Amino acid sequence: MRMEQSTTGTRTRDIVIRGPVTEPVALTVNGSTYAVELEPRVSLLDALREHLDLTGTKKGCDQGTCGACTVWVDGRRVLACLTLAMTCESHEVTTIEGLAPDGEPHPMQTAFIEHDAFQCGYCTAGQIMSAVALLQEGNATTDEDIAEYMSGNICRCAAYPNIRDAIREVRDTASGGAARGGAAMEGADKSGPGKGKNKRKGK
Amino acid sequence: MRPISYVRVSDVDEAVAAVTASPGRAFLAGGTTEVDLLRLGVIEPDVVVDINDLPLAAIEDLPDGGVRIGALARMSDVARAPSVRERFPGMSEALLLGASEQLRNMATIGGNLCQRTRCAYFRDGLSACNKREPGTGCSAMDGANRAHAILGTSDKCIATHPSDLAVALVALDAVVQTIGPSGARSIPIGSFYLEPGDTPDREHPLEYGELIASIDVPGNPLAGDSFYLKFRDRESYEFALVSVFAAARVRNDRVDALRLALGGVGTVPWRARRAEARLTGGSATVEEFAAAADEELRDAAPREHNAFKVEFARRVIVRALGQATRGEKS
Repeated sequence: MRMEQSTTGTRTRDIVIRGPVTEPVALTVNGSTYAVELEPRVSLLDALREHLDLTGTKKGCDQGTCGACTVWVDGRRVLACLTLAMTCESHEVTTIEGLAPDGEPHPMQTAFIEHDAFQCGYCTAGQIMSAVALLQEGNATTDEDIAEYMSGNICRCAAYPNIRDAIREVRDTASGGAARGGAAMEGADKSGPGKGKNKRKGK
Repeated sequence: MRPISYVRVSDVDEAVAAVTASPGRAFLAGGTTEVDLLRLGVIEPDVVVDINDLPLAAIEDLPDGGVRIGALARMSDVARAPSVRERFPGMSEALLLGASEQLRNMATIGGNLCQRTRCAYFRDGLSACNKREPGTGCSAMDGANRAHAILGTSDKCIATHPSDLAVALVALDAVVQTIGPSGARSIPIGSFYLEPGDTPDREHPLEYGELIASIDVPGNPLAGDSFYLKFRDRESYEFALVSVFAAARVRNDRVDALRLALGGVGTVPWRARRAEARLTGGSATVEEFAAAADEELRDAAPREHNAFKVEFARRVIVRALGQATRGEKS
């Protein structure tokens, strides 16, 4: 870390420059805050896998194409490979490990198993993080909607019909089969941003 | 990825100061293009200045019925903002037909405007590319150029501009509001995108350290019926081969007002001014639509693999004009 003085007009400011060597970084993941040493160039994906041993999040393309690294930042699904870890300080990261904090599978995880929604399983963590977010977003009304809003998650085994079945089932179960695509998603709320995580933190 | 340093800033002046303090620095917003290009070695800033904490994410109504979109508003938020959906549906559609929901949650509007081309020769960091390394030549000219531009090209560069949103913005005469080392200024979107000419490395008039603060989209009575059609190799999560933003008003069988712009075919988001001029005041018939399309595409400069885009664009224009003049939405 170094300080630099920068002048605009009549005002001089101190600017804090971190890196390029490792710097202390505080990352909040699944409700726990971790202190790690990272270079600024380290992606959130590499920080999770290589520094926090949270290897549920997978590295597929590492260029924002495949969706295998989908996680939530502040409850929104994003790609961990295109996110620099340092930018996540003061934000809440949720990974697939955070979906089942008490060892009880999330309803979406159960549905993926029941519907055989994977073959090799490499894309599955990303698919599930995307699928739970999709139901929270409320854009899963039709099969076409599910296909469209899941298009950022590639499955090279092509388990797409089964993935769609799993999502549909959780959607219909969560909403009592009526208000489709609504925000009511018991499981997701439990492990979603805000509420659940903060509670777990206190445990 | 080569090493970088990192600065997080909390106000706009600090952001501008942090970049302009030294050469080789870059603003970092959503990162969806920038982190990718950093990793590919295509861009090589020493310091990235994280602007995500700046208060530039609001989406506000303008007095003329338009909307001011903060540069840090995310694509997904803008697409679903009631003011955008209701008054500028074609812009909302353009946003939702781009990228994936994960990327739309990350990518900002300012970043979307500044995103770089998907030309493979630009992105590989190795091939001759006048945009990446001026003077080295253009590998796409006689290379794999199926996705490349047919309008606004030069003998130095035929890279396609990838943004869908920008197609809507050029049709709607948006204004880019910036803050830079020399203060604030407004840049009409029509002068924001620079055709490659002899300097394909220069894509917009922003000076070093100049930050986009917002995009103003002026109110437009046509825009409430606007739509965006996008044609591509797969149904979702793909860049356009040809896309079109259209809005029209017909009175007494005459085209009274028209906004038309094309994506996927231009080196810049392409306002179809010739087609607009040809058709405005004319009759709303398929023959007139075809004539307007031909007028727009008269100077098209196809290469070996993208010649299909000329006829493709022609048909897309005719279809869009039909829908627009019949008052159909997409």
